[in-house]
Amino acid sequence: MSNPLADMEKPDVIFCIGTNMTECHPVAATRLKRAIARGAKMIVADPRHIGLADLADLYLPIRVGSDAALLLAMAHVIDREGLVNEQFIGDRTVEGEKFLEHVKQFPPEWAAEITGVPAEDIERAALWYGKADRGAIYYTLGITEHICGVDNVQSLCNLALMTGNIGREGTGINPMRGQNNIQGAGDTGAIPNNYPGFQPVTDPKNQEKFRRAYGRTVDLEKGITKVTALEMAGDQIRAMLIDGENTVVSDPDRHHCEHALKSLDHLVVIDIFLTETAELADVVLPAAAWGETDGSQTNTERRVQRLRAAVPPPGDAKPDWWIISQLARRLGFQGFEFTDAKGVFNELCSLSVTYAGLDWDRIEHGEYQWPVPEPGHPGTPILHQGTFVNGRGIFHLISYRDPAETIDDEYPVWLTTGRRLQSYHTRTQTGRSAGIDYFLSEESLEIHPDDVAAWGLRDGGWARMHSRRGCVLIKVKETRRSPRGTVFASFSFNDVPVNILTGGGYDPVTQTAELKVCPVRVEPAEAPSARQGVA
Amino acid sequence: MIANPTDAKSESLTLDGKEVSFTPGETIYEVATRHRKRIPTLCYDERLEPFGGCRLCAVEVEGSRLPVASCTTKATPGMQIRTSTASVEKHRRTLLEMVASENREIDVDPLRGYASQELSTLLDRYDARTGRFAGAQSGSSRPDDDNPFILRDYDLCISCYRCVRVCAEQEGDHAISVMSRGFHTQITTEFEGLLKHSACTFCGQCVQTCPTGALADRKAMRFAHLSGETKQTRTICPYCGVGCSVDILTKDSTMVGVLPAMDGPANLGALCVKGQFAWDFVQHPDRLATPLVRGADGELQPTDWDTALDRAAEGFRKVVDEHGRHSVYAVASGRAPNEAGYLMQKFVRAGLGTNNVDNCSRA
Ligand code: SF4
Ligand code: SF4
Ligand code: FES
Repeated sequence: MSNPLADMEKPDVIFCIGTNMTECHPVAATRLKRAIARGAKMIVADPRHIGLADLADLYLPIRVGSDAALLLAMAHVIDREGLVNEQFIGDRTVEGEKFLEHVKQFPPEWAAEITGVPAEDIERAALWYGKADRGAIYYTLGITEHICGVDNVQSLCNLALMTGNIGREGTGINPMRGQNNIQGAGDTGAIPNNYPGFQPVTDPKNQEKFRRAYGRTVDLEKGITKVTALEMAGDQIRAMLIDGENTVVSDPDRHHCEHALKSLDHLVVIDIFLTETAELADVVLPAAAWGETDGSQTNTERRVQRLRAAVPPPGDAKPDWWIISQLARRLGFQGFEFTDAKGVFNELCSLSVTYAGLDWDRIEHGEYQWPVPEPGHPGTPILHQGTFVNGRGIFHLISYRDPAETIDDEYPVWLTTGRRLQSYHTRTQTGRSAGIDYFLSEESLEIHPDDVAAWGLRDGGWARMHSRRGCVLIKVKETRRSPRGTVFASFSFNDVPVNILTGGGYDPVTQTAELKVCPVRVEPAEAPSARQGVA
Repeated sequence: MIANPTDAKSESLTLDGKEVSFTPGETIYEVATRHRKRIPTLCYDERLEPFGGCRLCAVEVEGSRLPVASCTTKATPGMQIRTSTASVEKHRRTLLEMVASENREIDVDPLRGYASQELSTLLDRYDARTGRFAGAQSGSSRPDDDNPFILRDYDLCISCYRCVRVCAEQEGDHAISVMSRGFHTQITTEFEGLLKHSACTFCGQCVQTCPTGALADRKAMRFAHLSGETKQTRTICPYCGVGCSVDILTKDSTMVGVLPAMDGPANLGALCVKGQFAWDFVQHPDRLATPLVRGADGELQPTDWDTALDRAAEGFRKVVDEHGRHSVYAVASGRAPNEAGYLMQKFVRAGLGTNNVDNCSRA
């Protein structure tokens, strides 16, 4: 997030797109509710009539995967109505003129065709956001899990840049990060293109820095992404070390993924449970869980906070840092003589630029939001104040692209996927917490009542859902949260492996899978005899 | 544009005979608390709008015939306030005696919730367990609500409305409300049904603000029988990127519950159902407690660390020897601590000399 969570109470116009915040980030959503109670207006764009839409002053029911069209038209209106912040564009951005010229082609009427949202509503959303003193944008995977995920994010940046809604209190572009430490995974350099602190691996200065720090030659090329690695499994990629991720259930196109992991010569998995992924491993190493180990994690507002052990891990389970260090030492790798999490964190800070001013003792109370460039620096709750990291904000000339697969006669329905409040990702944790099943013990497919009737289904009955990649049996749930022609399911239940169906494409830049959109066909089915989701 | 509180200049008043300064807008209670006065409260939760329901926080103000509720009354310049005269203290004691008379049980297990000891602590402080009043109970428990998280033991309810207010003001959910008044007051949901049929999201905030334990954490109470002291350990919720601060409750080496951290920078005391109630996966029997290696029979077999690490290392060595260092790939976790992410990339970069590392989410 460019701005802190506390800022969520301060905007006068809130624009939420592709975020089911009341279910996925409930505590953050309570802050928005307070802003609304104080008089802020909220615009919500989402294919489904999610909980947040109930609170919205303006709800835009966009067709799945049409976000970029909506955002282009909003930019068009903002420009046409003279709501552009000329001074901000002049002082702080580049390519502004070209962008304003570019968006002239995309009037709301054009976007209405693509998104299914009436032109007047697009117009109204643009006027509200364009006139706001403090306009803030919030988004989640609904924006990024598309083949055009990067385009979508850049379209949001364009809106913020053209109105100057960035670098000030109560504004900003604010992605809400899903997993507890997904921010930290990137911060610490567990990505193929960056060293810790987002220092590009292709920059000779950084290569020199890490060559010295690690006492060995470093690779000059970027690594490959996980998606590519899975594609090359059994071929160029022969061995994998996977830490605590249930790849098989959470990744798109599950058959492909399982096959990839099975074709490796060697697979080592570190986890707290014997997940579907761990079951494929040659060696499984038991990790200490949350509450059993010291460490740090970084939240969606870049706040670095301490984790503390309250109980010992079961049996022989060990903290991740210990396991990875031991494995490295057995391979003869240098620099893994750690004796505690503190030592690891302090080394990370010494090599990072964003954590450079931090150390184990300084994060005791969680006051710091990175970047903290040097000791004594107070941290940076609001990014891009006065200047952008790379000097000037760049407008990107985005155009609308259809999703990788679109509906046709054979697959006439849009499937979109997501998370639910009570379950979390692949349920390895929530599924093993007592009581959660009281609310949510099985997956269901959310379908508009008229579609339930039209497709010969029954609320509580069963349906067979096909995509170009596979088929699952799933229970039918009638709800007006789904619009006509679009159905919703989460990917949390292993017995209804919805991700068998998804995975039609990837964003060419980030290789994020298009999990949010998948054309399907839904037909009535008999109840399965045993609990067996795969038809 | 929404108005923001502006910096106001400070004023002064007299508090128990001493002149003190305050910021216009502060309540008497806030000013007094800042000056370490221990004014008792029951319906007060500093995160909520003051309500003025219990009258326990009453203080004397010069020129006003009756004591005033300090939690709702704004301080004004020149005010002369007495926080603890004999008559105020007597009034408080009587009120507490009456409140106590309504309840079946006063001394509830602290595992019921964060604020569950407030009433019993005040009764002790005021020596008010006299049984002087014949109790008419307000509110009846809902043993029919079989939800696994929140016990609705309204026999212990004192109608402070903190639960209703936290639900409405802090959560914005408005799942619960108050039905009728006085001794017939009952906290209920729409249509008087079960919580699961209401707008309730089971965030547990009502439980944590309840000063009597009338609303209680059912999951934690499963451990009420364990003897020994309850310890708290500050950490961060393991679920989403908001990063709410929590205090893990332990007895010996057993995790028994979670409390929201009122001073958590990301959550200021708020939690959702996952952070509040989904913590016990750590003690599930499915937890891996020993390393496993695939045996000759193709099955995963338990083993010791030495054997497992040797097997793991040997496999990587062999692959590197045969196919080169670029044939190994590492996937870090978006769930594990920063130290795990850092070492996964170091394993690859410093160990293997490649950049073949990624984390689980490309989002
Ligand atoms: S249930 Fe607890 S918090 Fe709610 S009104 Fe009764 S005593 Fe107060
Ligand atoms: S308590 Fe809920 S909102 Fe807070 S970090 Fe945990 S999962 Fe996220
Ligand atoms: S605490 Fe002030 S009236 Fe209850």
